[in-house]
Amino acid sequence: MATTLNHKTSNLGSIIAHHRDAILHAWSRDMIGSTRRNDLMKESELQAQCQQFLSLLQQATSQGSNIQAPAYDQLRDMLTEISRTRAIQGFNSRETAMFIFSIKQPLFTAIRESLGKDAAAMAEEIWLTTEIIDGLGLYTTEAYIKTREDTIRRQQEEMLELSTPVVKLWEGVLALPLIGTLDSARTQVVMESLLEAIVQTNSKVAIIDITGVPTVDTVVAQHLLKTVTAARLMGADCIISGVRPQIAQTIVHLGINLLDITTKSTLSDAFSIALQRTGIKFVRAQKKESVE
Amino acid sequence: MAVISAETVPVASEADIVTVRRCVRESAAKLGFSLVDQTKFVTAASELARNTLIHGRGGQMELATLNGPRTGIRLTFEDRGPGIADIDLALRDGFTTGSGLGLGLGGAKRLVNEFEVKSRPGEGTKVTIVRWK
Amino acid sequence: MEKIPILRMGEFLLVTIQVDMHDRLALTLQDDLTNRISETGAKGVLIDISSLEIVDSFIGRMLGNIASMSRVLDAQTVVVGMQPAVAITLVELGMSLEGVRTALNVDAGMELLRKSINGHEEMEYGSYFR
Repeated sequence: MATTLNHKTSNLGSIIAHHRDAILHAWSRDMIGSTRRNDLMKESELQAQCQQFLSLLQQATSQGSNIQAPAYDQLRDMLTEISRTRAIQGFNSRETAMFIFSIKQPLFTAIRESLGKDAAAMAEEIWLTTEIIDGLGLYTTEAYIKTREDTIRRQQEEMLELSTPVVKLWEGVLALPLIGTLDSARTQVVMESLLEAIVQTNSKVAIIDITGVPTVDTVVAQHLLKTVTAARLMGADCIISGVRPQIAQTIVHLGINLLDITTKSTLSDAFSIALQRTGIKFVRAQKKESVE
Repeated sequence: MAVISAETVPVASEADIVTVRRCVRESAAKLGFSLVDQTKFVTAASELARNTLIHGRGGQMELATLNGPRTGIRLTFEDRGPGIADIDLALRDGFTTGSGLGLGLGGAKRLVNEFEVKSRPGEGTKVTIVRWK
Repeated sequence: MEKIPILRMGEFLLVTIQVDMHDRLALTLQDDLTNRISETGAKGVLIDISSLEIVDSFIGRMLGNIASMSRVLDAQTVVVGMQPAVAITLVELGMSLEGVRTALNVDAGMELLRKSINGHEEMEYGSYFR
């Protein structure tokens, strides 16, 4: 049993070449049975993919069985692309992986036809083929998962942007109502949106309302402090509103130093101060005597 | 993790600090870093380049673009200067106005994702920083 | 050697920094400004950094120095137009820009200078960074 791996694998390449049509036929038939999604992919498209895959597999296996090797680059790229599009099209992970795994049986049948007389050689070939196909199947699954993760991350970012609306309350006064927990990533986005809005609207005062923030711990406080400090560096200032009694207690207990940032319990109080600071005064309109 | 490309920029004069900033900015922009991340990274590079020039008496910066599971940029500032006697002290915040002994290492550290300092008195200094996309 | 131009607008001096300065240029600006304040008896200095994409510790110190030196010469300094990314970075760097007043833009900066010169108001809340 001193024959080398490469020597064995070169058999698979030629086995595929010899039994190509039979393999393709059996493979399609098996897929129709188990994982075919007519609603998501056209028959002709699937056939084309199978043929391309088989050709690439034939080429790659004639150069060894290590799927990480350069010989398998094209094959892996094809699988990455297939996984990516299937994830987007709505196939689940099982359906996507079965594209690969369902080729095993047809390959084994072909191997048996070619090497049936040599039990040892056949066993060796089947083992190598299993390794290769399993490896490719796992690779496909990983690529599928990555695409899903990327989609989720992108959706999270979009949600973050939607959940940090900056509102212009008056000329020169912005409000940023924060809702939900403030984690690091979210705070970055929030900070940046607020600062951008300050520049674009020329607002001297920004009210950060934390009514909707359940807890304020040192981390959250630090993030708020950083935002206010940055705003001040730019020439604006912030007022924090929506400070509930519990939060005030937490802040004192934790020894958080809010410097000299003005804090108010209600948004309207904060708005009042903001107007003062921007030099705006509301005057009640006079009651008109009826003249007609 | 693979190094896609690397270039070396000498840090021997004040003009080189400007070159370093421009270089790092270009790379970060090309990789699609956000504006804030670009600014943080270029600022950190500026701090470290100045250290290399003033405290290290001149040296160089190597810029490497990284790929692999994550995309990022790695900068390595190296000099054959006097070295840092007490790295912990150097990392502590302590800007002083005027000529200032503050090395700004602590600040630069906060602007990047990975930070490493290797230095011994008399043996020069090597600072490596990485920012991931 | 290139210099950053200093414009005179009545009692004020206006400096617009548009280039990525190397250290020597920054030091030259410091010198030039203090000389001009002295020569003209200007009461206020407006430094427009809205084009500055990077403010590192050296530039930050320069701004602080200008503010201090101006004050000794009885002039107020206001820095205007800091970009959000720069502000965020400075906060992370831990730079305090002690003694440097800031405003959103040139107009706001002028208003601030006028108020502080006329009323000798020490600070207007929100525009004096501590």
